Amino acid sequence: MSTAPDLSTTYLGLSLSGPVIASSGPLTRDVESMLKLEAAGAAAVVLPSLFQEEAEAEEMQAYELAELADGFAEFASAPLPEQELDNVGTGVHLRRLRHAKEALKIPVIASLNGKDVGGWAHYAKELEDAGADALELNLYRVNANPLVTAKEVEDIYVRIVAAVRAEISIPMAVKVSSHFTAFSHFASRLVGAGADALVLFSGLYGTDIDLAARQIKPSVPLTTSDRVRLPMRWIGILDAQLPDTDLAATSGLHTWEDLAKLLLVGADVACTTSAVIKNGPAAITRMLEGLSAWMTEYEYESVAQLRGSMNQRSAADAGAYERDVYIKTITSTPVIL
Amino acid sequence: MQFDQKWSTMDGNEAAARVAHALSEVVAIYPITPSSPMAEYCDAWSAAGRTNIWGSIPEVVEMQSEGGAAGALHGAVTKGVLGTTFTASQGLLLMVPNMFKIAGELTPAVIHVAARALATHALSIFGDHSDVMLCRGTGWAILGATSVQEAHDCALVAHAATLRSRIPFLHYFDGFRTSHEENKIALLSNDDLRALVREEDVIAHRLRGLTPDRPMLRGTAQNPDAFFQGREASNRFYDAVPGIVQECFDELAERTGRRYSLVEYYGAEDAERVIVIMGSGWGTTQEAIDELNARGEKVGALNVRLYRPFPVEAFMAALPRTVKSIAVLDRVKEPGDAGQPLHEDVVLSLFENADALPAMPRVIAGIYGLGSKDYTPAMAAAVYAELAKDAPKKRFTVGVNDDVTHLSLDYDSSFKPDLGVITAVLYGLGSDGTVGSSKNTVKIIGSDPGRYAQGYFVYDSRKSGSSTVSHLRFGDKPINSAYLIDEADFVAVHQFGLLTQMPTLDIAKRGAKVLINSPFPADETWAELPVEVQQIILDKGLEVYVIDAQAVAHKVGMGKRINTVMQPCLFYLSGIVAQDAAIAKIKKSIEDTYGRKGRVIVERNWAAIDSAIEALHKLEIPGQVVGSQHRMPPVPDSAPDFVKTVTQKMLFGLGEEIPVSGMPIDGTWPTATAQYEKRGIAEEIPIWDPSLCIDCGKCAMVCPHAAIRIKVMPTDALEGAPESFKSKDYRDRTLAGHKLVVQTAPDDCTGCGVCVDTCPAMSKTQVKHKAIDMENRLVHLDAERANWDFFLGIPEVKRDLVRHDQVKGVAQLQPLFEFSGACSGCGETPYVRTLTQLFGDRMLVANATGCSSIYSGNLPTTPYAVDAAGRGPAWSNSLFEDNAEFGLGMRLAWEQQHAEARRYVAELRDAIGADLADALLAADQSTEPGIFAQRERVAQLKEVLPGIEGAKARALESLADELVAKSVWIIGGDGWAYDIGYGGLDHVLASGVNVNILVLDTEVYSNTGGQSSKATPRGAVAKFATAGKVTGKKDLGLIAQTYGNVYVAQVAMGANQQQVVRAMLEAEAWDGPSLIIAYSTCISHGIDMETSMTHQGEAVASGYWPLYRFRPSEDKNAKPLQLDSKAPNGKVEAYLASEPRFAMLKRSDPARAEALWKRAHADVEERWRYYSQMAAVERALTVDGAHGADAPAEHTEK
Repeated sequence: MSTAPDLSTTYLGLSLSGPVIASSGPLTRDVESMLKLEAAGAAAVVLPSLFQEEAEAEEMQAYELAELADGFAEFASAPLPEQELDNVGTGVHLRRLRHAKEALKIPVIASLNGKDVGGWAHYAKELEDAGADALELNLYRVNANPLVTAKEVEDIYVRIVAAVRAEISIPMAVKVSSHFTAFSHFASRLVGAGADALVLFSGLYGTDIDLAARQIKPSVPLTTSDRVRLPMRWIGILDAQLPDTDLAATSGLHTWEDLAKLLLVGADVACTTSAVIKNGPAAITRMLEGLSAWMTEYEYESVAQLRGSMNQRSAADAGAYERDVYIKTITSTPVIL
Repeated sequence: MQFDQKWSTMDGNEAAARVAHALSEVVAIYPITPSSPMAEYCDAWSAAGRTNIWGSIPEVVEMQSEGGAAGALHGAVTKGVLGTTFTASQGLLLMVPNMFKIAGELTPAVIHVAARALATHALSIFGDHSDVMLCRGTGWAILGATSVQEAHDCALVAHAATLRSRIPFLHYFDGFRTSHEENKIALLSNDDLRALVREEDVIAHRLRGLTPDRPMLRGTAQNPDAFFQGREASNRFYDAVPGIVQECFDELAERTGRRYSLVEYYGAEDAERVIVIMGSGWGTTQEAIDELNARGEKVGALNVRLYRPFPVEAFMAALPRTVKSIAVLDRVKEPGDAGQPLHEDVVLSLFENADALPAMPRVIAGIYGLGSKDYTPAMAAAVYAELAKDAPKKRFTVGVNDDVTHLSLDYDSSFKPDLGVITAVLYGLGSDGTVGSSKNTVKIIGSDPGRYAQGYFVYDSRKSGSSTVSHLRFGDKPINSAYLIDEADFVAVHQFGLLTQMPTLDIAKRGAKVLINSPFPADETWAELPVEVQQIILDKGLEVYVIDAQAVAHKVGMGKRINTVMQPCLFYLSGIVAQDAAIAKIKKSIEDTYGRKGRVIVERNWAAIDSAIEALHKLEIPGQVVGSQHRMPPVPDSAPDFVKTVTQKMLFGLGEEIPVSGMPIDGTWPTATAQYEKRGIAEEIPIWDPSLCIDCGKCAMVCPHAAIRIKVMPTDALEGAPESFKSKDYRDRTLAGHKLVVQTAPDDCTGCGVCVDTCPAMSKTQVKHKAIDMENRLVHLDAERANWDFFLGIPEVKRDLVRHDQVKGVAQLQPLFEFSGACSGCGETPYVRTLTQLFGDRMLVANATGCSSIYSGNLPTTPYAVDAAGRGPAWSNSLFEDNAEFGLGMRLAWEQQHAEARRYVAELRDAIGADLADALLAADQSTEPGIFAQRERVAQLKEVLPGIEGAKARALESLADELVAKSVWIIGGDGWAYDIGYGGLDHVLASGVNVNILVLDTEVYSNTGGQSSKATPRGAVAKFATAGKVTGKKDLGLIAQTYGNVYVAQVAMGANQQQVVRAMLEAEAWDGPSLIIAYSTCISHGIDMETSMTHQGEAVASGYWPLYRFRPSEDKNAKPLQLDSKAPNGKVEAYLASEPRFAMLKRSDPARAEALWKRAHADVEERWRYYSQMAAVERALTVDGAHGADAPAEHTEK
């Protein structure tokens, strides 16, 4: 076969030139590096999350600063007139979104992490109005209240998704963590509430400890290829269970092999952050080249052809199948003494 | 005629600045209270691209002083552009030399002045006409506005008339009273401006400008043959000014309907008694006139609006022919003058025009309103009453009780014209937003057609926990009452604690409504009120409402900002709007104000408004006084009499009652009075856990208020200690077996938390628990008060038993600077306090005007203290610009006295006794024990001297103490050292004289509200640099190093306390000029002041603020520059991002921020590279010591 395989795919109703999109991360913070990602083959970009708390805290801080002047007689001077702090709160996100839309040819997906239902809906609308092609809801929170049950937690998420769905008309993906006991059921509830796509899974944002200062410090460890197994499993399951829902794999995508595996189990796209942070935008190019070469070798014509060909549609009970694989894995692992 | 006018509510500064900016091409600025906001507006408007009426953006340039601003103004106008500046008080004085020049050259220019008192026996930031009156001989026209509206209108007339007349104009209005009063005004349109500022005059001015294309020369030196005639050549221009100003007034009237005249009469047509007045007292006098004439009297008043050139003709024309007696009121005191300035002009006008009147009226002269002393209708009535007497006082004062020279008039304070306005008085704290929301309320009401509102705000002098009183009037007619409300229809107390600290409900009218923010449930609040307050409520039949505003604010996410909770209650209760419309109105205003700034602010404010009305409760008044809470507790019995009589009155807010006899005659006040002011403003105070403490002393070192102290003592000193008193074994070889105590002063601590942030000793089992933790003050109050009292009674450690060169030791030395009113968490005061611990008993301080002079010297109480022997720092403030020179003078004076004393000791050697005399002369005072030994010798000398006959012995008695070394410290901020005082500072550094200079570098003019200085770093946003400062920080330390013989250190308490101590000791020991530049965090940085020291640490670690010491040496191989901090850690951007003063720019202009931050980072790297090279450079002094070869031998001893 002489023609190169067709790598295009669709995700969230958007036609994409290839199956790799750049997740929100340091490289999607400014237009200049997003242009590099585009040139390297990223089929879409996801902007950094707009965090409701952060936007609100900034707004409140600006409010406080503006009112600092009341302190004492000599300080009682003019407020800063006509000083519009456009980059306070949501300003920075909306501006970045508008700039990205102007500069990029590929779709721009905004990301939102709200705090309360009203906030989610409000900010989602702001992002839609600013021109986002689609929206990714980043449902990240640590549910540590011992009085709140799993069902209640799920209900909150579902309510958020429904509220945002009611507010906006652009396609919407929902990014969740894997920490749900009955994930299949929960996933179908999210779809029922209006999610057009699921993004699996949000990364581990743990805290770290500075041993010298004995202070907690934030830390986002970069992923490795090992992490790809978890989305692989669930995409394999969900692609079968939710055939009309788009699935994006995130966390762990580093090599063309990872990419090929994710597509085989049913991912519509795969998102990458860590690989790009480590190796630059060229990491995407290498993945696409690798995929293309492999497809050529095995005579695949298009991504559409291979996508989902190894999902668990054939397995009557995905759980039992996975358990079987688990048992085999454990028993066949050689013991090293 | 109907005029289509836009209305707006603003203060006098904005009213004047709007016109000034629209009519200027070059604006030279410099901050000085109360005129700074005019300059701030212009800077911000130009930064935002606002244009003048010709479509260009005025160039706004900040200068290094008002003298500089006047020079730049002179240069601009001499080139033919339209120039202006803004100033007040001492600032205007610095412009005087240029004013003579500009006027002498007949060059149009305008200075807008927020008239303010000149510093005499004391500094006052408040209003009177001392500054303006001092300019009456400069040749400038002087035009006075009496109200906010007039500040707007007269600003235009000044700009128009200067171009038409070629005479420069000083346009003034009263500082604070008009400059800071919020009032509703009709705005001038750009068409109005264009109509009065005629294009042909602008072009004529331009064409007179200097240009090499039509070369000419100004500023010649003239000889006796020519100078005088030249001076006379401009006469006709002055003659024309009154006509021109009236012409402008008339044109303004035609366009706006607002009619003004040069000298305006108000009152009965056939008035027999007339007051002549200028400035904001005009409206107040008119109110008195209306009331008196309604009672059948025949009185009137003249307002002299154009004061220079004095419009004699207009004055005579305006004066009713029936006048029999005139009182001229001057808002200035010129001691020793035959009269007072306006008075003299009036008398001369009358004298020379006696023919115009049927009979020469009697003229008396009064002084009123100095330093913003209130001037009320009752005082005007008293003046009229005086005029009616057969033998009135020829010279009088009104507004004070002069029980010494008996010049003051008595007045009947119940004289209160009914103006049909609703009055509201709100008591709050500077930090709680009461003033902001009051201004907002005035704007909301003012935005209603046909309604008027006025707001005036009184602040106390402290920067932490300062109270504010908002005086608000609302009505259906313009409000020109330029005096405080003394009977209010509505009173709100925004902080419960204020009910105990000062008079509050005393101001309520009978039956008035009262709103109290109470942390107690409604049914428990009554018993918590001081009994005096309960009595007032009962006596006046007040209707009291309570709300727990803190709880509501907290619930809706507004933190401590209770203003949005209290404001709707004001709307709801006070009757200023219909109750059902109140909530909608205030919500709309919130949306209008904050809608664009973000959703959360609007949402939370709205939630606060809704919750507020729900949380409002009417207080059931039991009909009798209960409980035993009293307000205004007296100072302790141990306080000196002066504190008990004078200071206490001021502390209670009753300073107005102090008569002239109660005041020091020369501005000299006792020190050590802050200890008597128990403010108790902290919510949380540090509580010590001795089991974790490592004796390091860092907490006491960083305390801005000297409110956490350390003492080391023998065990038996703990006998009789309260049960709650804690101590621990002190780990020290010298003081083995001693105990160490860390104690907080619970009523003096401001709760800033800096000590806890700094404490390095954390629990092994719970890292959040440190050796000191912030805990609820009220829970610990009783115990800690007892502990503090006991702690004070424990003797101070003997100074020679602790090491002065170690933080741990210094922390134990008694601070002689305590409990200042500086901002909570102030970054400056820890340095000042440390100096007093090291050298306090022998310190002379020259303090530049600024924050440090205010927290050091602002009444009612002052923080410099005394030790057990009664010694302590002696402190004075001269000016802003001359502080280095002031300190140099002090040092030279001591050197002179010291030399003289030595001469007498030598001459009286035999009489004194050879041993003692020789020991006195040979004393080595380079160490503290040496100084103490010399003090002992001086004590012996004083015993001997009375027995010795002769003038020399008498002289030596008066000079004996000067045989002991003194330590002269010149202290000030960066505005002084880098800008206005730099010339003097440089001269003093060059003098070689042994003075020590401490620059408290906050990198902005902190005291005037955070304006940019040359110490402001690149990329920082400050007032006057709202777009982010482009130029880098001036390297003052490096400049000083070039002298070679100047000791220079750059320090940061939050980064390296040990280095601070070392630098202070070395600076003091260096027998020559020393300069310490101390990084001082400031509220204007926008940071959380609790982390003040952490920010300093990061500033140093990032290389933003490198630490070093430059130690001059005679050693040929010496490398004087020693770097005391590590190489930059590469995290400059992270540091910048952590401080709102930089981070703001990221938000307002990210591209510019990025560019400036990159350069700021490069600055840091490059400076370090340069310093590192300098640290390797060898340099030696070429002469012995710092003084140089020509220094007298005595001076080099140490």
